[in-house]
Amino acid sequence: MPYIPNTPEEQRQMLEAIGLSRLADLFADIPEQLKLKRPLDLPEPLAEHQLLRYMGQLADKNVNLDRCVSFLGAGAYDHIIPAVISHLIMRGEFLTAYTPYQAEISQGVLQSIFEFQTLIANLTKMEAANASMYDGATALAEAALMACNVTNRRKVGAAANLDPQWLELLQVYLENQDIELVKIAYNHDTGLTDIDSVDTKLGPELACMIVGQPSFFGTLEDIGRIAAWIKSHKGLLVMAVDPISLGLLKAPGEYGADIAVGDAGCLGNPISFGGPSVGFFAVSDMKLVRKMPGRIVGQTTDRDGNVGYVLTLQAREQHIRREKATSNICTNQALNALTATIYLALLGPQGIRQTAYQCLQKTAYLRRKLEAAGFKARFKAPVFKEFVLQADWDWEAINERLLEHNYLGGFPLKQVDPSLFDCVLIAVTEARTKAEMDQFVDLLRGWR
Amino acid sequence: MLLLDMSVPGRQGYTLPKLDVDEIPITDLIPEDYLRESELGLPELTEPEVVRYFTQLSRKNHGVDVGFYPLGSCTMKYNPRVNEDIAAMPGFSRIHPRQPESTVQGALQLMYELDRSLAEIAGLAKTSLQPAAGAHGELTGLLIIKAYHKSRGEAEQRREIIIPDSAHGTNPASAQMAGFIAREIPSNERGGVDVEALKAAVGPQTAGLMLTNPNTLGLFDENIETIAKIVHDAGGLLYYDGANANAILGIVRPGDTGFDIVHFNLHKTFSTPHGGGGPGSGPIVVSEALVDFLPSPIVEYSGGRYHLVRPKHSIGPVKAFYGNFAVMVKAYAFIRHLGAEGLRAVSENAVLNANYVMHQLKQDYYLPYDRRCMHEFVLSGKWQKEYGVSTLDMAKRLLDYGVHAPTIYFPLIVEEAIMVEPTETESKATLDAFIAAMRAIAGEAKNDPEKLKEAPTRTPVKRLDETKAARTPVLVYRPAK
Repeated sequence: MPYIPNTPEEQRQMLEAIGLSRLADLFADIPEQLKLKRPLDLPEPLAEHQLLRYMGQLADKNVNLDRCVSFLGAGAYDHIIPAVISHLIMRGEFLTAYTPYQAEISQGVLQSIFEFQTLIANLTKMEAANASMYDGATALAEAALMACNVTNRRKVGAAANLDPQWLELLQVYLENQDIELVKIAYNHDTGLTDIDSVDTKLGPELACMIVGQPSFFGTLEDIGRIAAWIKSHKGLLVMAVDPISLGLLKAPGEYGADIAVGDAGCLGNPISFGGPSVGFFAVSDMKLVRKMPGRIVGQTTDRDGNVGYVLTLQAREQHIRREKATSNICTNQALNALTATIYLALLGPQGIRQTAYQCLQKTAYLRRKLEAAGFKARFKAPVFKEFVLQADWDWEAINERLLEHNYLGGFPLKQVDPSLFDCVLIAVTEARTKAEMDQFVDLLRGWR
Repeated sequence: MLLLDMSVPGRQGYTLPKLDVDEIPITDLIPEDYLRESELGLPELTEPEVVRYFTQLSRKNHGVDVGFYPLGSCTMKYNPRVNEDIAAMPGFSRIHPRQPESTVQGALQLMYELDRSLAEIAGLAKTSLQPAAGAHGELTGLLIIKAYHKSRGEAEQRREIIIPDSAHGTNPASAQMAGFIAREIPSNERGGVDVEALKAAVGPQTAGLMLTNPNTLGLFDENIETIAKIVHDAGGLLYYDGANANAILGIVRPGDTGFDIVHFNLHKTFSTPHGGGGPGSGPIVVSEALVDFLPSPIVEYSGGRYHLVRPKHSIGPVKAFYGNFAVMVKAYAFIRHLGAEGLRAVSENAVLNANYVMHQLKQDYYLPYDRRCMHEFVLSGKWQKEYGVSTLDMAKRLLDYGVHAPTIYFPLIVEEAIMVEPTETESKATLDAFIAAMRAIAGEAKNDPEKLKEAPTRTPVKRLDETKAARTPVLVYRPAK
């Protein structure tokens, strides 16, 4: 037993100290008829060497992004990850710590969370941020619940061009609290939220308007108009943003957003089949902080007057407030938030701006090339790092063919919206090269 | 010194490849008024500075790798490093969640095999791996309970979730989030569910019961069969909070004791690291009758292939994609490494270690429930309170001994609670050192109480002012210009 130090002799000594003779005596409180009378039916144990073999074989059954060129996005993105990050987060003091309940021996985690809160607040131009959420989707749902709580309204407006999985999850979170989700349609020509289509009678009933910048389709919304509309009805503006896009795009705070959420998995975290990622949650003023879900770290001093950090404003949380808590969230995504913090520190303002700029330029380049090759961009609006392409063929079949050339094609949208049956969502990050894109276009052109 | 204090304009810690496509003026691509005007507010640093900053930070942090971490209900066991290597394999860490199923058969197989293993350990039918943490599993399980009652036309009437007063705070908070009313019932004198109170609480309004077994006192509820019968007879379902599952692996299965839904904390029982507060993973396993309500998608095997499938009456997704996949990889590696015999040894040794420490400390600290414990136990600091010393003071003093303090002031039903969970990965020598430290502190409480009130003194910072932090919150660093 490599992880269990007790030897049979030590077990004997310890049992004797307690006044027992057998390990089985330890479980005398469990009614005999309930005990499992056989070994668990599990595969035979594998020694470490065999384990690495077996798991390696499973890993090799997957086509990984190092072995192909990917244009998949739709909520998870192949961004460049600096090598040094994994070395830092693998330090045992970070990796093997719990939530920092004992602040005096947890300053490393606490200070790094304080840094995360600071950098997220700065990037989003908001007043404060929490320690992290599970992912962007759950952060969005919690933002909607918080907006209802703050405004005492029971309807939530959400742009229909948000990630369909996020919308579905939002529906799950809301319907169980008897809150109505109102999806705001998008214009099928531009791909943009059609705020003019919304019945103004609905306005005063909406706790918030949730809008993505960019949308699921990569299109960039006219946030100013949407902000003015929801503000005129005294609802909150909730923005779901791509943190990398904020290197170029106007920040939620600059639009007067009340809550900014998003997925920060793209900041240095491995894509790992979609998880763990990390969500962020930021608010525009200190009054809203007290309604915010999740852990929050605050700065304070010790008894000698030295600066230190603690978990704070815990009166919002489940372990104090139980059923009156702002959320049930407890464990969040601290190590992924640390990853994002290190990523932001390494790239800095120049690096984030450059990353956003490369995403923008490369996306524009591929879209141009595909249009020149006779394909049609489905929506007219400007895009950031993703766009919808339309062609009269079966994209799933095309993706099969692309795979033979080591390309992962875009995400066929018929999987989420039957009206977009002939469309595919193509993502281009800074990791793609001109040569990769040119060959991709050549392949598709050849199959027309 | 924070990152922004160290920032020097012009420095950069990472260089991107040169942009290799023709550039178009940015305002031809994006309307000008969509562009950011404000500064990004990020630090400008080079890689060595970043490395040294975070390495120094790490040195101010206690972890399982550093020393003993007997934090009750958190199962701070050793986190095997081979699992990290496995999760970092490109075949796991570099796969996209929207890839065609044919290209991720290994990942789906792993999820399916983990599902089968967890179902066997729980004694139930089918797993959803989607929940990201224990509390998230609770919410998911409660939504399934709701969907189940709805399918029987009883959702309107069954609004109450019964929760013992010893429960984790997440239980009532999750019940509220799922749109239920949390109804608390008291514990009996042996620390278990008060069966009479339960009988009085159940009725046509009962949706279910949430129970941790062993409970947060570390005690196995001997009446579990009776409890299950009362709840089931009233038409409710039983939810098992698996935070304490480290006590029962291969010993007793929640499904066999009457539970309908179980969540496991992979980051507790199955050895994946907590990372300073996540990522966790809180899969739920349900009985046959509830499989159709599981979150979407689940993994099925048919025709020689693994598939992502939406259950017939799924409650919908509770997280983006499939859950915290990398955490699943680590937990599955742990299960495959240990096998049935190893997992049983985990629980046997976890329970042995807890009983050993409890037995050695009950002369020095008040033990409110003096009976055999499972993987953890709860002491009370009330004897020491007479010397004007609080449990908080003693916890802080433990830090000076190089030990992380136990969970304190929880469960709420024990005055000045001290909840100790040693786990199976600690040696007798470590336990003996802890026992000696706890005894020394009990002595100091009596003879030198001031010492405890000043503690800790050997930590990177001394006792921190939490009141100040909450009264005048400073949550973001804004350097003076």
